[in-house]
Amino acid sequence: MTISIDPQKTNNESLQPQGWLRYFSFSLDHKVIGIQYLVCGFLFYLIGGTLASAIRIELASPMSDFMPRDVYNQVLTLHGTIMIFLWIVPVVNGAFGNYLIPFYVGARDMAFPRLNAVAFWLIPPSGLMLVASYFVEGAAQAGWTAYPPLSITTPQSGQIIWILSVLLLGGSSIFGGINFIATIIKLRRPGLKLMQLPMYCWAMLGTSLLVVLSTPVLAGTLILLSFDIIANTGFFNPVLGGNVVVYQHLFWFYSHPAVYIMVLPAFGLVSEILPVHARKPLFGYTTMVFSIMGIVVLGLVVWAHHMFTSGTPPWMRLFFTIATAFIAVPTGIKFFNWVATLWGGKISINSAMLFSCGFIINFVFGGITGVALAQVPFDIHVHDTYFVVAHFHYIVYGGTVFIIFSSIYHWFPKVTGKMLNEKLGILHFTITFIGFNLCFAPQHWLGLNGMPRRVAEYDPQFQFVNQISSLGALLMAISTIPFLINVFLSVRNGKNASDNPWNALTPEWLTSSPPPVENWEGEAPLVEEPYGYGVEISEQK
Amino acid sequence: MTALDSSKEIQKNNSEVNETHEDFRMFGLITFLIADGMTFAGFFAAYLTYKAVNPLPDGAIYELELPIPTLNTILLLVSSATFHKAGKALLKDKNSDSQKWLFFTAFLGIIFLICQLFEYFHLPFGLTDNLFASTFYALTGFHGLHVTLGTLMILIIAWQSRINGGRLTSQNMFPLEAVELYWHFVDGIWVVLFFILYLL
Repeated sequence: MTISIDPQKTNNESLQPQGWLRYFSFSLDHKVIGIQYLVCGFLFYLIGGTLASAIRIELASPMSDFMPRDVYNQVLTLHGTIMIFLWIVPVVNGAFGNYLIPFYVGARDMAFPRLNAVAFWLIPPSGLMLVASYFVEGAAQAGWTAYPPLSITTPQSGQIIWILSVLLLGGSSIFGGINFIATIIKLRRPGLKLMQLPMYCWAMLGTSLLVVLSTPVLAGTLILLSFDIIANTGFFNPVLGGNVVVYQHLFWFYSHPAVYIMVLPAFGLVSEILPVHARKPLFGYTTMVFSIMGIVVLGLVVWAHHMFTSGTPPWMRLFFTIATAFIAVPTGIKFFNWVATLWGGKISINSAMLFSCGFIINFVFGGITGVALAQVPFDIHVHDTYFVVAHFHYIVYGGTVFIIFSSIYHWFPKVTGKMLNEKLGILHFTITFIGFNLCFAPQHWLGLNGMPRRVAEYDPQFQFVNQISSLGALLMAISTIPFLINVFLSVRNGKNASDNPWNALTPEWLTSSPPPVENWEGEAPLVEEPYGYGVEISEQK
Repeated sequence: MTALDSSKEIQKNNSEVNETHEDFRMFGLITFLIADGMTFAGFFAAYLTYKAVNPLPDGAIYELELPIPTLNTILLLVSSATFHKAGKALLKDKNSDSQKWLFFTAFLGIIFLICQLFEYFHLPFGLTDNLFASTFYALTGFHGLHVTLGTLMILIIAWQSRINGGRLTSQNMFPLEAVELYWHFVDGIWVVLFFILYLL
């Protein structure tokens, strides 16, 4: 059966608001939805960043003098939840995915545009609800993991709002995942083969598989947890015969793949950016595809490495250690492929390239500590210390957030038709890179020396190193200012961008900047070699 | 942002917009059902783990009566067959036959729910009695929610398959096919649930 697209219907869509008002409407245009995701996510990033600054101010001194201890716990919980569920996951999947995937598969929109709009509009209300939970009897205090029995015994209303909010965000994420899978598999332009797709499509296909397979398990788990809180059941409450470890298993069955949901799209984005600015084909396309799929499969069977201290039996420790160590193989392949892409290239040093290189450096460091953490004896030593905090910030901030900024610098001309200021961009990168490493590198030392995470007070011997870390956090906060100024100035009176300012070959650059409503004036172009830089191209159609 | 005169753009493209593409709504639904199935998989995994590692307190081992759930299994399996009949009838443009089969399927769904409630009211334990009781109600309740939604959707498409002015025709089978797939999925989950919860 086929669906015919009714021109009348398409005309009706032009009745939707135009100009800036469309960004506040239930728009079905994938590009508008992508921008909605990005701007909404960035606003939550500012909130989450403010909370992070509050945490670092508190930790500049050993006593809890900046805020009371339970407020610290709430700030910590909201910081983690906002950054993961409202900034990184929606932006790196929803924003760039919605904007780029239809271009890459040669389509005029996503497979299910209405579902797409619904998925976005679930985010602002649940995010506001989460932030507003601070004003009931206190926000959730049990950390972003919401481990019982802590989440059962802390004040209930904040925790329930947290659960509802995460359920809505999970639903949004599943709808998005279904849409991406259908778009990439079913909506490809005729003649475009899977192995000709830009790498970001593969990354989003893998990510969406993880979203569809693992997010529902988190939803089910949180429903059981809410029963424990409201209806006094005992699923995870040891007092009533329940089992807290079952919660941890179910939770990490989602939340370990969630790490890949956050970082795989960044792998895809960096694979788009590096070849353009190094003027070389992406090294090892096929191995990249297989390592993405390898990470998807392995990512689903490593969750218990978060639980080595939860009474996990030895056979389970052995299995999950080995499985986790195996993930280093596909990840390492990708890392070497990126380095090989840069090798001997004609590299332009611009903001997008700098942030991508910053990503490679930070990510390999976070990856090495990740392999270290997979080893049971080491993990038992540093479990729940600042070493873990340093490790995952190197992945999600040093990795993914660097790539989000890199992508903004790379695709800003396409989206707005204006160039960003390079000097401000390089200033932004410099402060971010120094601030980030100053903030998180010392935390490895803190963790190795036994400073526990998630606690407002600590032993005074750690004060000096904590102050260095807080100084780094201050620099990170400051680094946002040149970025905001840059975006503001460029949108108002930046240099006009040509249709293809980077001379890139991927399909989104083969249309005007900004692109027309249905992406192309005529037929969608067939790009068979999206990375054919510096090689004889058979004939770009 | 440069304002783009999109209405002009669309009008210019009207000749090319008239494209056709394959219907992938079913593909999307299957993806969704895989996700939904993972929710159940999580619940089953939790239940089996509890059964393996969390012994119930003394005197709290509950034997479940088998007659009602067995009847329910048969009801759902028969309803899958009657739904299939409805689809076959619609394909042959026999709308009134199709409608009868759909109403019969919805009727079986309602009987299933009534039996389920009857079982709830006659069980010797409540939601918070112990871990087994809580898991039992959570699993069957979550499945019952699916049956309720399915029954409502069957009633809606039964209404849509009315002869004059109904949206459901042999040319527009998608609503029926979608609900049918969902209904078979819910049946399949019940069979697994029946095996794990009642027989194991």
